[in-house]
Amino acid sequence: MPEKVPDIQPDPPVQIQQILDGDVMAGARLIRCIEAGDPAAAKMLGQLYPHAGNAFVIGITGPPGAGKSTLISALITMFRKKNFTVGVVAVDPSSHKTGGAVLGDRVRMQAHAGDKGVFIRSMAARGAAGGLARAAQDTCLVLDAMGYDIIIVEPVGSGQADLKITTLVHSLGLVAIPGTGDGIQAVKAGLLEAADIFIVNKDDLPGAGSEMMTLEHLVQQRTLEPDTWHPPVASTCARTGEGVEQLADLFLDHRQFMKDNQVLEKIQTAQAGDYFTILVRQMVMDRIDPWIDRQVGAFLDTAAQQAEVAADPYRAARELADRLTRSLGEPGSVDREGE
Amino acid sequence: METVNKIRVLVAKPGLDGHDKGAKIVALALRDAGMEVIYSGLHQTLDQIMSTAVQESVDVIGLSIMSGAHLPICEKLTAMIKEQGLDNVHLVVGGVIPNQDVQVLRKMGVAAVFPGGTSFDTIVSGINGLFQ
Ligand SMILES: Nc1nc2c(ncn2[C@@H]2O[C@H](COP(=O)(O)OP(=O)(O)OP(=O)(O)O)[C@@H](O)[C@H]2O)c(=O)[nH]1
Ligand SMILES: [Mg+2]
Repeated sequence: MPEKVPDIQPDPPVQIQQILDGDVMAGARLIRCIEAGDPAAAKMLGQLYPHAGNAFVIGITGPPGAGKSTLISALITMFRKKNFTVGVVAVDPSSHKTGGAVLGDRVRMQAHAGDKGVFIRSMAARGAAGGLARAAQDTCLVLDAMGYDIIIVEPVGSGQADLKITTLVHSLGLVAIPGTGDGIQAVKAGLLEAADIFIVNKDDLPGAGSEMMTLEHLVQQRTLEPDTWHPPVASTCARTGEGVEQLADLFLDHRQFMKDNQVLEKIQTAQAGDYFTILVRQMVMDRIDPWIDRQVGAFLDTAAQQAEVAADPYRAARELADRLTRSLGEPGSVDREGE
Repeated sequence: METVNKIRVLVAKPGLDGHDKGAKIVALALRDAGMEVIYSGLHQTLDQIMSTAVQESVDVIGLSIMSGAHLPICEKLTAMIKEQGLDNVHLVVGGVIPNQDVQVLRKMGVAAVFPGGTSFDTIVSGINGLFQ
């Protein structure tokens, strides 16, 4: 059955000034338009860009069920005590079969639903890894421009895909739970190098001490230059809030460290470059994909070429690809051969 | 970029109702129908429901009410929705709702009522029907 497109009423257009004034309804609407791929929203992001860059962006990553959402809720409480306003972007997986999603992170943070200083936005991963990076990143930009002091991002809980958020966050916390060997998994997934703070959550469970020791041992093995941040290992019980104040302080210490050592600017510059690459790649791919379909369709239009494909699809594909990318001037292309 | 606009639904249980099994199962059924469901859990105040609906830009607020308090709750919430100018947000209600109250709720501005025992198909097509 072909999917019916829901006729969702467009909301009234959003004004830049409303976003800069921190208007919650306007911000939420703009995020909705961004997720829906509205070109006008993309233009607005460009106008907001110069007004952003003030928020401290924290990522909380880790395996499914590690307690990320519960921990974020406890962190919000601590940051609010210190008078920071907080924005949250929480991403949950979409169902591969239906494209729908149950976004269940928020339920752990719902104690903050009435607090005007907290904006929580749930987001579905919608399959596309690049698309996710973009929608989450753009949402952070909106929250940043709205004036939230601290933004916390919870990506989908799973291995290497989490590394994507290093183009987005200033400080990355990696959550492990006792008795699961998460620490070892993290090393395998390459997260050890990326994390700034290691967190053993559910420290009320048996095995917390040895998980801490494993992580501390792994961190010490990292070759660290002098004057670089030494990732600490924190121990928390997100359910009761124990250890979470210390964790909040560690994140703030990390920010201070980055400021004092001019690291924050460097990170921001590097991330801006990474993000620019993401934007260009996505825009080029958006244009190229349908073009490739057309070219392949035209190629398969003659019986002779169909026979070529049937005989040796590898060779036929290589030759067509060479022909299509000739103008790119890559090594090995006809450009070179003609020299 | 892929342009997708999915129906976003907030599933919430206001008041002191004890369990949320039914609400969770409905959430899964809506997901399986391709919707994005924000599940906000038990014991929600109307203020919490409103601010969640705004922050999450939902198209539908779905309440599950077993306590018998559906009339006063929906009266207040429809008023709050109007007051905040959420003109495009539809309120739907399910749970223990006597037949004679269905029309009362509809008159208040509740877009659809799903009394206990309503099939998932009916709920899904009822919500989809709000956007055709
Ligand atoms: N014993 C114990 N349980 C905890 C602690 N923190 C969280 N939990 C429980 O762990 C379960 C998962 O918590 P979430 O916060 O949803 O975990 P998550 O990492 O966000 O999960 P996903 O988003 O699904 O990957 C819940 O039942 C929490 O109550 C803790 O410190 N100790
Ligand atoms: Mg979570």
